[in-house]
Amino acid sequence: MTKVKNGSKIYIASALTFLYVPILVLIFFSFNKSKSRNLFTGFTLNWYKQLLHNDLVLNALGVTLVIAAISSICATVLGTAAAVGIQSMKKLPRLAIMNVTYIPVINPEIVTGVSMLLMFTTLRYFLNFEMGFSTLVIAHITFNLPYVILSVNPKLRQLDSSIYDAALDLGCSPRQAFFKVVFPQIMPGITTGFLMALTYSIDDFVISYFTSGTSQTLSIAIYAMTRRKVSPEINALSTLLFTVILLILLVMNLKDIKSNKKGERK
Amino acid sequence: MENNVIVSLDGVSVAFDGEEVLSDFSLDIHDEEFVTLLGPSGCGKTTTLRVIGGFLIPNSGRVFFNGKDITDMPPHKREVNTVFQRYALFPHLNVFENIAFGLRLKKVPDPEIKIQVSKMLDLVGLQGFEGRKVTSMSGGQQQRVAIARALVNRPRILLLDEPLGALDLKLRKEMQIELKRIQQSLNITFIYVTHDQEEALTMSDTIVVMNNGVIHQIGSPVDIYNEPKNAFVAEFIGESNILPGIMVKDFLVSAAGIEFTCVDSGFKLKEQVDIVIRPEDIKLVEPAKGQISGIVKSVVFKGVHYEMVVEQAGYEWLVHSTSFEHEGTQVGMRIGPNEIHIMTHTERVEVYD
Amino acid sequence: MIKTRIVSLPYLVWMAIFIVAPLVMVCFYAFTTPDGALTFDNLSGLGRYMPVFTRSIWLAAIATVICLVLAFPLAFIISRMSESKQSMMLLFLLLPMWMNFLLRTYAWMSLLENNGLINRLLGLVHLGPFQMINTQGAVVLGMVYNYLPFMILPLYSVMTKIDNSIIEAAEDLGAGRLGVISRVLVPLSMPGITTGIIMVFVPSISTFIISRMLGGGDTLLVGDLIEMQFLGNAYNPHLGSAMALVLMVLVLLFMSLTGTSSDEEMEDMLI
Repeated sequence: MTKVKNGSKIYIASALTFLYVPILVLIFFSFNKSKSRNLFTGFTLNWYKQLLHNDLVLNALGVTLVIAAISSICATVLGTAAAVGIQSMKKLPRLAIMNVTYIPVINPEIVTGVSMLLMFTTLRYFLNFEMGFSTLVIAHITFNLPYVILSVNPKLRQLDSSIYDAALDLGCSPRQAFFKVVFPQIMPGITTGFLMALTYSIDDFVISYFTSGTSQTLSIAIYAMTRRKVSPEINALSTLLFTVILLILLVMNLKDIKSNKKGERK
Repeated sequence: MENNVIVSLDGVSVAFDGEEVLSDFSLDIHDEEFVTLLGPSGCGKTTTLRVIGGFLIPNSGRVFFNGKDITDMPPHKREVNTVFQRYALFPHLNVFENIAFGLRLKKVPDPEIKIQVSKMLDLVGLQGFEGRKVTSMSGGQQQRVAIARALVNRPRILLLDEPLGALDLKLRKEMQIELKRIQQSLNITFIYVTHDQEEALTMSDTIVVMNNGVIHQIGSPVDIYNEPKNAFVAEFIGESNILPGIMVKDFLVSAAGIEFTCVDSGFKLKEQVDIVIRPEDIKLVEPAKGQISGIVKSVVFKGVHYEMVVEQAGYEWLVHSTSFEHEGTQVGMRIGPNEIHIMTHTERVEVYD
Repeated sequence: MIKTRIVSLPYLVWMAIFIVAPLVMVCFYAFTTPDGALTFDNLSGLGRYMPVFTRSIWLAAIATVICLVLAFPLAFIISRMSESKQSMMLLFLLLPMWMNFLLRTYAWMSLLENNGLINRLLGLVHLGPFQMINTQGAVVLGMVYNYLPFMILPLYSVMTKIDNSIIEAAEDLGAGRLGVISRVLVPLSMPGITTGIIMVFVPSISTFIISRMLGGGDTLLVGDLIEMQFLGNAYNPHLGSAMALVLMVLVLLFMSLTGTSSDEEMEDMLI
């Protein structure tokens, strides 16, 4: 038994090593004096300073955040309404619509990206617009929608339908019953969907790459930087992003642990 | 206690996907009564309740409340409240807010809500539970919250859809008495749906026995138990021996190869009838002293009595007796004229639960 | 109820315009010339790119198998931990996934280079240098590194539902360790296995970043070809659409081979 346990520990440790070493190396060399990616010549914070004065990156970060915020809010509203509507449909139309909903999830991202690019270039024959911010927002809403719907759906299915009836019974109009009773019940699903949309939007490269036109998101800026392969600024950026993510997750988990403890006390 | 009719269903039919659940169903329910809709699952009793509650609009027929047609009135406008099968408490609200839900919608001022809610908590015996999360409560407590939540709105009628189904036996018995007490102290109409005949007999003023979307019998518990109208009712309410028989003349019926004196008259001569004899109405005596005699096939101890199967001339009689007889013993059976209930013959209905 | 259905209308319109119509356009482009005339040349011309297609399928398949082999024990070990430990382990394993995909791949670039860290370390013990970057191996490594969490997650979520008593029952009935794995664990984990396979295979076969960053010019994949037809020098959206169409069909075929996924499974693999 102990043998098995030790084996497990070693296995997990090597998996974690495999996953973390590249990132740690990247972080390590962000403090390197020279531009070398594999020979450490001395400590410096220069690359961070340069990064913070790199307008291209800062701009891209701004664009990314704004697009993520707009698209995930739109997707959450549209998607929640869609999930509620779809849930009340008969089986066949529901299945048909859900199958279409899965398309952006299942389809290779490059196909989604390319198909939207074709769509936008065609639309430009009829409408006067530039590929850029607006097309990015549309594309992001589109690939975020399924995640919202898929995370709201299980909550709707778990919902005891007699709870809605009970609200009507106690004097709610159908609209009141939805907002007072159904909505709070599916709220966790909506939040999950929103957060997923937000992260997918910030993280996306492939679809943005095909639909961005003249705009640059952070992913696209990073892509451009990796093509040039020269500046350790990119390491500095990685370090900052990793730290931010780590902090967010830590805070979220601490909250979880706290609320768990509270629950136990009750 | 002949009260006014408060709810009346007139020729109500409901069909789901072409399958008729209620067919031409008519029923008058009187004010301040405890009425139970009793029947096996799928008999249409819950559907009836949903029609009264306004959750279902019947395909045809009308629903009247105090003489007013409410067939198309949505549930939130009806003076009717429901206690749902699995309580349907709002998990995001605590006990107080669950009970206050209806009052808040009516914009009742806060102090008044406090008074009303605590009155209700008193009534259902949950004083001091205001701040509790409903998800952390036991089934019995949730049940009481559900009742309080419905009653605080002062409905004219409370609909209860198998509210005790999820509780264990002991709790169920307690709640039966409790519900009856609440109904009597508030003087409102309870319409109660159950498939449990014992529950129905314990609590009701009137029982409506249903099967396959039609009413088989309406009456007081005593009437229904003692004078079942047909084999379905007899078999559904308690255990019974049902034998085919033939009326020889008034007050004399022949069954199981023997003629019994009875108290029924008015049947045609030689009419085919069903005879119902409750197992506790058969007295075991010495073989020579009985009207009929048979052999004890099996004995099971049931606590208060022994349940025996006695075979006689190809019939298996179910007998409840406080005295013990060994298997294989020859026993005699006496059945008094008052214990024999005669019904017009019906096709045997499959009873399921 | 009729009213409720209406609220999904904006979504339906949106999906029609931005999901269904674009895919129709891909089909339309695949079967037309720049003048708009109907043609099958785009599709029949794909024969030339056969080696690229087979390479894409082959490398994606290898990466998928490696992910499965690595992730299966990992997911099982985690699923047997205490509950608080499980969520912590999962967090650790998934944390790298939150890092930008391009940066993760970039990290391997600097490790695998000819004068990169790995070759330098090997040089200390007088080995190498080995050619690692710009090989098919590097591309597979990139796929495994980036998509391993996609395999771990669905496997873990089915395995955590397998009760220990089921495994004990199998042992009690005489199954050895191999017997437990092949007769109990694998069959019970099947939904997770198929989901994981799809979630690794689909992005692997369609990637163009990993091949570009780690594979150099020689390991062209379908994704690279498509990208070049739309945004690269080879600009030809008609040919590109034909390629995208074939890729889509390949993925759909693959998914139908691994078994259809139900609503619940889709939700499972996402959340």
